[in-house]
Amino acid sequence: MQTESLNRIASELRTWIIEMLAQAKSGHPGGSLSAIDLLTVLFFKEMKGLDPSHPFQERDHFILSKGHAAPALYSVLAKKGFIPYEELKTLRQIGSRLQGHPDRVRLPIVEASTGSLGQGLSVAQGMALGLKMDKKSSRVYCLLGDGEIQEGQIWEAAMSAPQFKLSNLCVILDSNDAQIDGRVSEVMPIEPIIDKWKAFGWNTFEINGHDIHQITQTFEEARRLETHPSQKPVFILARTVKGKGVSFMENQIGWHGVAPNTEQARKAIEEIKNSQNRGHDV
Amino acid sequence: MSKSTRQAFGEALAELGKKHSQIVVLDADLSKSTKSDIFAKKFPDRFFEMGIAEANMIGTAAGLSFTGKIPFLCSFGCFLTGRYDTIRLSVAYSQANVRMVGTHAGVGIGDDGYSQMGLEDLTLMRALPNLGVFQPMDATETGLLLEYLVQEWKGPAYLRLTRQNLPDLYPRSTPFRPTRLLQIRPPGTSETQVICIATGASVSEAVQASGILEENGISMEVWNAHCLKPFDESTLLQIAQSSSLLVTVEDHSVIGGLGSCVADALVKQSQHPPLLKLGIQDQFGESGDAQELYDKFGISAQAIAAQIKMTLNRNLKR
Repeated sequence: MQTESLNRIASELRTWIIEMLAQAKSGHPGGSLSAIDLLTVLFFKEMKGLDPSHPFQERDHFILSKGHAAPALYSVLAKKGFIPYEELKTLRQIGSRLQGHPDRVRLPIVEASTGSLGQGLSVAQGMALGLKMDKKSSRVYCLLGDGEIQEGQIWEAAMSAPQFKLSNLCVILDSNDAQIDGRVSEVMPIEPIIDKWKAFGWNTFEINGHDIHQITQTFEEARRLETHPSQKPVFILARTVKGKGVSFMENQIGWHGVAPNTEQARKAIEEIKNSQNRGHDV
Repeated sequence: MSKSTRQAFGEALAELGKKHSQIVVLDADLSKSTKSDIFAKKFPDRFFEMGIAEANMIGTAAGLSFTGKIPFLCSFGCFLTGRYDTIRLSVAYSQANVRMVGTHAGVGIGDDGYSQMGLEDLTLMRALPNLGVFQPMDATETGLLLEYLVQEWKGPAYLRLTRQNLPDLYPRSTPFRPTRLLQIRPPGTSETQVICIATGASVSEAVQASGILEENGISMEVWNAHCLKPFDESTLLQIAQSSSLLVTVEDHSVIGGLGSCVADALVKQSQHPPLLKLGIQDQFGESGDAQELYDKFGISAQAIAAQIKMTLNRNLKR
């Protein structure tokens, strides 16, 4: 799939995310919008074996460690055909499979239950380890938030994945520099990020997390590295913008965990659509 | 013969590993203490040394289970519950088919002191939905339980084991009835009938206590609870009818452990015998000789017998 089509999908999914959140009247737009370009490339270009008619066949796996970006994940799953589009309206409602944060028991296509930050990478590592033991070719992708890597468990996993030579594991950090209490760099600085992961023994990349072409190329390169004799796992630092694509949400910490009202949602969707029609990257 | 349940676990796990290739084992730098090293030596490719990083071990085990493995993760019980949030979300809520093995149960570990003692692990594990909570009383039962956990149990489970040796108690040629209460000592002939439910290391203390009580004209039947969740309420409610006093004994906090299992079941009946909950009474543990600690915390055979006598006397005076 070409960059242009991926951009179109990402734009459409942005509108779905806004619709879902407005309908639910709660949820996390900022971190969903910052992650959606990465998820779009993963699900529509990079990951192999995703087939809604055979959802549990041998395939690549994805774990959303930053569970609050669940709307972004649900939107790609719906677009891929794993869940009906209509179901997106049930987000956060009683009885829904679309819990506020991903739940692998209610919705088995989701691979890990997350939402308490810092846990998804260990689970991803366990899956990568199991797949490697069984000599499967499947890869495991894990998306982290930048505030999330303040959690100690992340660094336990950062230490162990290279030890187990998990070159089938690819971690992406959605670095939007915002968390609930403020800028990540102010709340509890995590830089220099690349130096840290490199020092722990990872292959590292730093990219623009909204440049579809660059994201695509980096995933391809990470896949090529899987067979490199060093067998290092891959860490991709994706610089992103919180709330990307909706001007009044971009870089606004207040939009971390607040849903748009009907009027704000209408404006946001109009803006995303116009921007796409003009052919701009959003 | 006497053996610690951790030793019995290590041997049984290595044995089960032959037949069940999906068993994998993780440890956090305590494999010599948890006895997972026996498996590690036999199956080095299926053993993962995680270093001193329990939360990551727990999450990794969950991930392994999602690829069809049956992971056993091992550490001291208190170090596992120390990473409760990871157990709660990555294992329990995820219904990960993980077996968590917590050794060094209770004040019975002795010298090392409170920081190494699992004293609240049963409480915390019981609080999580769908999580089986098990504690064998001796080596034989450990082997039977382990087989059950590998071959039949589905979903997450916690297995609590001792550091210290325990005498053989499992009655020969008795079929294993998983999750059910098991009678270890039948009722005596005295008029005063006490029923004691014990778990883990406390079963042998309770059996000895019943010997002491018998000499004092008190008959005490002893039952073993190897499963605290799902707890065998039906058997308990049947046997409870006939007793003038019900006693629970555990080397664990009485808040949320076996005593609470029994109390929760009993209050469902409008009439039930009084319940004496023996165990660690809302206290921290401490260093010392294990026997001295059992006396101090009231869960040695002598202390159990003394407290039962006192309670019976008080009840009679009322």
